[in-house]
Amino acid sequence: MRLARTTLIWAALAAVICVPIAAAAASPLLAWRDPVYILASFAGIIALGLVLVQPLLIGGYLPGLSAYRGRRTHHWIGGALVVAVVVHVAGLWITSPPDMIDALLYTSPTPFSPFGVTAMWAIFAVALLAALRRRLGLRLRTWRLAHMSLAVVIVVGSVAHVMLVEGTMETVSKAVLCALILAAAAKVMAELWARTRRRNLPDEGIARPVNQQK
Amino acid sequence: MTALVLNRRTLLAAGGSILATGVTAGVSGLLLSARAEGLAPTDSMPGGANNYRKGAAIVDRIGKGGFWMSGTVRRAGDGTPLAGQRIQIWAHTTEGREHEPQSHGATLTDKNGAFRLEIPQIIPVFGQPHGHLAYDSGEFKTVFLRPVMRSAKDTSLEAHFVLQPA
Repeated sequence: MRLARTTLIWAALAAVICVPIAAAAASPLLAWRDPVYILASFAGIIALGLVLVQPLLIGGYLPGLSAYRGRRTHHWIGGALVVAVVVHVAGLWITSPPDMIDALLYTSPTPFSPFGVTAMWAIFAVALLAALRRRLGLRLRTWRLAHMSLAVVIVVGSVAHVMLVEGTMETVSKAVLCALILAAAAKVMAELWARTRRRNLPDEGIARPVNQQK
Repeated sequence: MTALVLNRRTLLAAGGSILATGVTAGVSGLLLSARAEGLAPTDSMPGGANNYRKGAAIVDRIGKGGFWMSGTVRRAGDGTPLAGQRIQIWAHTTEGREHEPQSHGATLTDKNGAFRLEIPQIIPVFGQPHGHLAYDSGEFKTVFLRPVMRSAKDTSLEAHFVLQPA
């Protein structure tokens, strides 16, 4: 029963992330895009998938991962998210420099650009804070508050960005992925907030061991 | 002009605004003065000039065509149609990307100030199905437009220029 549940959860996660990628791969728009633009588009779609994985990992919602491994994976996926966003922006810059510069300067005519650029800066800020957390001597409470605030910006910014773009992504699979991102982020935030308020002492980490039973 | 300003509606509006707060009166006054000045010039749109290539040739059609880009060119103030004005058009289409030379072409307005150029089907790029148009001939102030299609399936797009002397 437990195995079935584990398999089902992981299969559902794989589907939720891979179906939008597969649907985008079938987009007719790809015929009129060059390889760099296509790479940039898919880096963006993959980044969106990673944004879903992050709250699931840190909330301990993925069975078979210990709290420690969940947290470690969260760090690595965070790094991968930075890389994906850099590839997304760099690829779009190469495709059309003036459009990308407009977006980065917040002067773009497209309503989705400021959301994406803001989410990008929030992703970079979290990565930088995470890397320098020890050196800066950040207290757990401070770090958690900073990370959670930036996570809200990342989640809301990414979802707004993606939903407003008319691109290679198929509408339904895109909406489902975005809805799940919002739900996962809201759930983990609510739980963390409740726990922070309940016991006002630093605990061992963020991840909750949901399925440590062997 | 006097007849226009003193018709019943504007009189009522002006009377109402005098009764209302100073702010409302101010706004109303602005509207009246804008109307008195006539047709306002078109502003360039953000991103309108992106991937512009100055001096694209006047063509009968861009590529194989299939999509109609049309519009009008008028003079600011009195709205007189401007004939013989050169409008450059470019977009990301089925036949080329926005910055590529073959995606660019120009056309001239007719005696009614209207222009119409057949181009290949526009494809959404950078998240929006859009085209680019430019007036950049010097006699009037340069204007770059970037109209967005209501649907990516549309096979035509309009853009209108109201130009002011340079």
